[in-house]
Formats: sequence, structure tokens, C-alpha cells
Amino acid sequence: MFDFLITFIPRAVGQGIPLLFGSTGEIVTEKSGNLNLGIPGVMYVGGICGVIGAFAYEQSGNVNGFLAICIPLLCSLIGSLLMGLLYCFLTVTLRANQNVTGLAMTTFGVGIGNFFGGSLIKLSGADVPSIALTKTSAYFSRSLPFAAKMGWFGKVFLSYGFLAYLAVIIAILASYILKRTRPGLHLRAVGESPATADAAGINVIKYKYVATCLGCMIAGLGGLYYVMDYASGVWSNDAFGDRGWLAIALVIFTIWRPNVSIFSSILFGGLYILYMYLPTGMEHMEVKELYKMIPYVVTLIVLVVTSMRNKRENQPPLSLGLPYFREER
Amino acid sequence: MTDKNVAVSVKNLSKSFGNVKANKNVNMEIYKGEILALLGENGSGKTTLMNMLSGLYYPDSGQIFIDGKEASIQSPRDAYTYGIGMVHQHFKLVDVLTAAENITLGEEGKLNIKKATAKIKEICDKYGFEVDPQKKIFNMSVSEKQTVEIVKVLYRGADILILDEPTAVLTPQETEKLFVVLKNMKADGKAVIIITHKLNEVEEISDRVAVLRAGEYIGDMITAETNAQEMTNMMVGHQVTLNIERPEPKEPKPRIIVEGLTVKDIDGITKLEDVSFIARSGEILGIAGISGCGQKELLESIAGLQHVESGSVKYVNDDGSVEELIGMNPQDIAEKGVALSFVPEDRLGMGLVGNMDIADNMMLRSFRNNGSLFTDKKTPHDLAETIVDKLEVSTPSIETPVRQLSGGNVQKVLVGREISNAPSVLMTAYAVRGLDINSSYTIYDLINEQKKKGTAVIFVGEDLDVLLQISDRILVLCDGQVSGIVEGKKADKNTIGLMMTRLEGGMTNE
Repeated sequence: MFDFLITFIPRAVGQGIPLLFGSTGEIVTEKSGNLNLGIPGVMYVGGICGVIGAFAYEQSGNVNGFLAICIPLLCSLIGSLLMGLLYCFLTVTLRANQNVTGLAMTTFGVGIGNFFGGSLIKLSGADVPSIALTKTSAYFSRSLPFAAKMGWFGKVFLSYGFLAYLAVIIAILASYILKRTRPGLHLRAVGESPATADAAGINVIKYKYVATCLGCMIAGLGGLYYVMDYASGVWSNDAFGDRGWLAIALVIFTIWRPNVSIFSSILFGGLYILYMYLPTGMEHMEVKELYKMIPYVVTLIVLVVTSMRNKRENQPPLSLGLPYFREER
Repeated sequence: MTDKNVAVSVKNLSKSFGNVKANKNVNMEIYKGEILALLGENGSGKTTLMNMLSGLYYPDSGQIFIDGKEASIQSPRDAYTYGIGMVHQHFKLVDVLTAAENITLGEEGKLNIKKATAKIKEICDKYGFEVDPQKKIFNMSVSEKQTVEIVKVLYRGADILILDEPTAVLTPQETEKLFVVLKNMKADGKAVIIITHKLNEVEEISDRVAVLRAGEYIGDMITAETNAQEMTNMMVGHQVTLNIERPEPKEPKPRIIVEGLTVKDIDGITKLEDVSFIARSGEILGIAGISGCGQKELLESIAGLQHVESGSVKYVNDDGSVEELIGMNPQDIAEKGVALSFVPEDRLGMGLVGNMDIADNMMLRSFRNNGSLFTDKKTPHDLAETIVDKLEVSTPSIETPVRQLSGGNVQKVLVGREISNAPSVLMTAYAVRGLDINSSYTIYDLINEQKKKGTAVIFVGEDLDVLLQISDRILVLCDGQVSGIVEGKKADKNTIGLMMTRLEGGMTNE
């Protein structure tokens, strides 16, 4: 059992980190009253932009550790920032419907990922439908040097690339900012009641833009982590799958708390791969497919339970999904 | 009057929304150490004018001077720097935050709730407020929320305080408390502007009255030198009679008998407990109570819209036969031949469909009446024309979506439809909420007309003065229980106010 946990937990964490990035980003966004259903698309864009950066850098020849990390990271951040700006421009400035905009952006983001992914695969001339960026990826997945010497502790806690620790730090930081600082208080006020925040002299538009764009950049890192660390730099189209949607479901599961999300996303990550560890036997392979449903079934149950719970503090931000216009009558 | 210091002066201020001119060349002055009552009918531009002072709207043209210097107020933040604070009609508070968090909202610098709490305590002591800074807003009563709003404005250092209909939701006792606080502020040299429809409050609290009509500034008067009649005439622009008549009920017979009615909401909280009363024909039964203590549930139980835990609601026909209404839905009730009319509190939510025009809204009540596959559009259209004509609904046309009408006109359309089918029971909830004096009196007249026709009227109201004038009997609810039933003629405001807040305060006359 102990051995099982030592192999299982690191894999669950690996699965959980993209979800953690995604859900933290979405929580920050939703706290500003923007329901960004474009997060799955943003994560795709974050991933492919990182891949494009890494690909271009690897083509240039020499690979230096610092640049190998900085270039894809920067590309990914810029890509998801652009997505965030697009979403804000449509929903905050033009006051378009948030759900429609979000869904369109998901379709758009997945399309962009697959389009550029496909192009790069063609460019690299590989005979498999994927592209491997092993050189840069090695820097992303490099774990702490002394992890290997620490036995099971090292394996469970220290064996991850820097992005995994960054995810946890960002989640803790986001929780702290939301709960304890004035910008956090203002952001919550904007998401609950923009009219109140406006009357109190808070710049609602600015808060919505900044929170949504930051949220998108955080979520985009989830895509980057997935390709560069978890998948060891191998991009194949549609491989990221529906993790973006799970991240959005996690937001509800964690009742809008990034710190709770740290454990919940690892739990969801574990559920996501649980089917590989449940014994089925050769003649009943179809049962495995049923096991793959587990995270989605859990999400459904969670949705039922959370909507039954009626504590006022645990409700979504009151003005979530609604546009704000000061002079509306 | 020479030692008055001008706090704010407004010159030629105008603001339009699309084609509607909300304010036209308004000129007025507000003095320090004075309580100014701003009067006007619905849609006369009072709130728009105040919103321009508080930075929510930006004027199309005109100037604002604060302490003699021209000010450009482009946002609420600017308004705060000029020392203007506004308590809005619909509270601007974040429900899930605490009082202290709400009060400090929008401040710069590091978040320090402890320091803020100390400052809040100081303000409360100075003016006589009671606020628990750690309490969350959603746990608060309406009057507590209002106190937080006022403290918030003072905390930001406002010297000019604007209150938009602050007493609309308060009990008489809470209103008294508020007025004491306002007088303290006045003594402290602050300028206070209060918007209200209740003329008796204007007389009680204000030093000066300013009147707006159709977006224009009409003039001002010293409160002590005027009276309610003169103020109303100035507001409306012509002579209005301010008496609500109360004709003697003609041979009242029991019409609705409610016995032991108990209602619980979804969360299992008791909303009505063992409520019993009789509503008689040709009589107005007023229902008083703090908002949200069971009035809505009571009316909806009778109308067949509310799940009832126990008890009975009986309808007595003219021939003496009795129908039990509990367990029936509105359609069943109508099919039984019970002519029940209901003017709900939520006009555009439950009463009318906002995006449909007046004629189509008439159809909502009658579309089942003809048996054919196609709807009859002519009858509702005619009815709509009659109502617009008779009740003087001001609307561009019958095809105008009701959403675009002003509150008073929406209410006229709704009441007109409900009384058009000659009801034997008429229930109204807050029939004049948000309506100006002129529209209110039209509605009172309509209700009295029904009473004379022998309709049993159940009138849920919030303005005790009106309840006392119009009702033959008043049933007082307190926390879902009947705290007593009093004769309209013999009752006085204070007793009812007390009965609204505690059960023991009540006395039963029946």
C-alpha cells in the first residue's frame, strides 16, 4: 500500500497541477464577476504559445537553461494575456454575453492550439503526429537536486518541476490577497456588487480587466506545465483534453477558495488517473472506460451538493456573469 | 437668514437619457447646517440630480460649485473628495462582507480593520448610532443596513449628506431614531438633503423644501411657513385634494375566512403562524407589519400560490355556500367562480410581463376564456384602451412595452386589469410603493370605488398614516403572527408601531 501511494501521489500531483493553475485563475476571474468559460481555450493557448516559443528556441541551436525556461514562459504568458484582453474587451467594454463569449473563446483557443500544433508537427517533419521538445522540457521538469537522496519524502514532495511549486505558491498568494488585503477586498466587492463598489469609488472596469487578465495568465501556465513538464515536451493535438472544464468544476468544488484548491486539484488529478490503477483483468477492459468517468461523476455529485448547501458565504459572487454599466436605468 | 453658508450650489444643470430630459437647467443652493427636503413626483428628476452630485451620473451641461469653487465630479471618488456622500434608495452594500469592511470599502492604503473599527465606534458615539462592525450585512435588518450606509458616508468624511427615501422601509420608531441622528448632524454643521414622498416627515424634519417638477426646479419654501397642501400643489402643478375618503361599509358580510394559517418557507422557517381573521365584503382590511414578516405569504396563500402547512382559507359565496381555497391553484380558484384579484408587490415580476405591451398584458388574464385555438386579441385591446383612457395612464401607445412606463403608470395598468373583471375579493400589496402623491391618490380612489361596490379589499401597506386613513380595520402582523386587529378609526400610529415590533404590545378588539 505504501509503495502504491509513493508511485500514485506524484502522478496525481502531476495531473493536479494544471487543474490547480486553471482553477486558481478562474477563481480570481470569477471574484471580479466575470464567468470566464473560455478557460479551457486559454489553457490550450497558454500551452501552444509555450510550445511555439520552445520550438523556435530549439531551432536556434544552443540551448541555455535560463532562456529555455524564460522564452516559453514569456510566450505562454503573452498568449494567455491576449486571450484575457480579448475576453475583457468583449464582455467588460462591449458588455457582450459572458457565457457566449467564453464558450466561443474555448472553441477558438482549442482551434488555435490544434492549428499551430499541426503546423509545427508538419514543420518538424516527424513521422508521429506529435512534436517533442525534449531539450527545453528537461529544464522545466528538472526537480530539486537532492530529491533523489531523500527517499520516499523526496519522491512525494520534492520530485516536481518548478512550475508545480509555483502553482502552489500562486494559489496560497491568491487566497491571502483575496482575504487579507485591500485590493482583495475591493475585488470581492466588485464581483458581489459592482454598483456598490463603484459608489465607493473603486474603479470597477480596472479591477475586472486586471483580475480577468491575471486569471487567464495563471490558467495559461496550466497549459504550459502540462506540455513542458507533465508531457515531457511532447505536444500532440487534443492531448490536453477536457482538463480545462475540470478546472472550472473545481472552482465550485472549492467554493471559490484557491487554498482549498491545492488539495482538491490533487484529489481530482488522482481521480483522473485512478482507472489505470484499479485492477480489471484482461477480459473486462470495458470496465476501465467506466472508471474514467469517476472525476465527472464526482463533479456532478459536487454540483448537486453545493447547490443544496445554502450558507450565504459559500455562494458564488452575486453579480457573476452580469455586465455592469454605471448609468443604466 | 443672512448667516447661511452655501455648501453646494448648482447652476443650469441638465441631464438627458436618450430622448428623456431628466433634468433641465436646474439652479439650486444647499446650505450648511440645514436639512433640505427635495420633493417631486416620480420621474421628476430628484434622484438624477442627486446622482450627479454623488458622481454616478455626469451632467450634460451646467456647473456645480462646492464651497464657492467650481467642481467637476466625474466619479463617486471625486464626490467623496468634495465631501459629498449619498445613501441610495437601494442600499449599496456588499452582503457577504462585514459592516466594517463595507464602511472602509474604496479607501486607499493598507487594510487595517482594527483601526477602522475604532474610527467607526467614534462616529457612532458622536451621532448616536448603533452598529456592530463585525456583523455581516446579510444578517442585518433593514434599519441596521441603513445605519451602516450612513456611517459609511460619514466615515469617508462627508459634509454634504444625501439620503434618497431613507424612511421608506423603516418603522415609525426607527424613523424617529434616524431623525434624531439627522438633527445631530445638522447641529454639527453638515448639509443634509433628504428625498421623501412622505409630507408629514418633511414637515417634521426639514428646514427648507425644494421642489422639482418634470426635471425643472420649481422653487423652494421655508418648511415652517408652508403646509402639505401647498407643497403638493407645487409638486403636481395644480390643485389636488389630499383626503382619503373612508365610506361606511355597506352591510358587511364575511367573504374570506382564514383560520389557523401556518406557512413555512423552503428552508423550513415559519413565515406565518396560526393566523386567523375574517375579511368582509364592502370593507377594507388593512394589513400592517414590518416588511417581510408574512404579508407576502398571507396574500399568496389566499391566491393559491403558496404551499400551506396547515389551516384553512374559506371563501363565502353570496348565497352563503362556502369554498375551501387551500389546495387549489389560481386556475382552479377562477374556475370555481371565485373572482379573486391580486395586485402583487412585485409588479413587473408577478403582475405584468415587462416586455409585453399593455394589450397583451390584459390578455394574460383572459386568454383562456375563448375556446378556439386562436387567441382573441380584440377584447384585451379594447380593455387596454379603456384603462389607459379612464385611469389616465400616460403612455405613448397601447403597443408600448409596460417596462418602459413609469412606476405609477405600471401600477395603474395592473390595478386596472385586476379590477376589470369585477372582483369580489381584491388583494393589494404595497399598492403605492414608489408612487408619487398624485398617482397614489388615484390608486386609493380606485380601491375605495371597489369597496363601495361590495368587494372585500385586503390592503397591505407600509405607510401607517395611509393605512389608518383608508382601512376599516387593521390587522397587525409581527413576525408571522397576528399581533392584533384594531379599528381603523380608533387606532393611532404609535400603538400600531409597537404592535408591529412585539406581540405583547398588541390588544385585540375582536
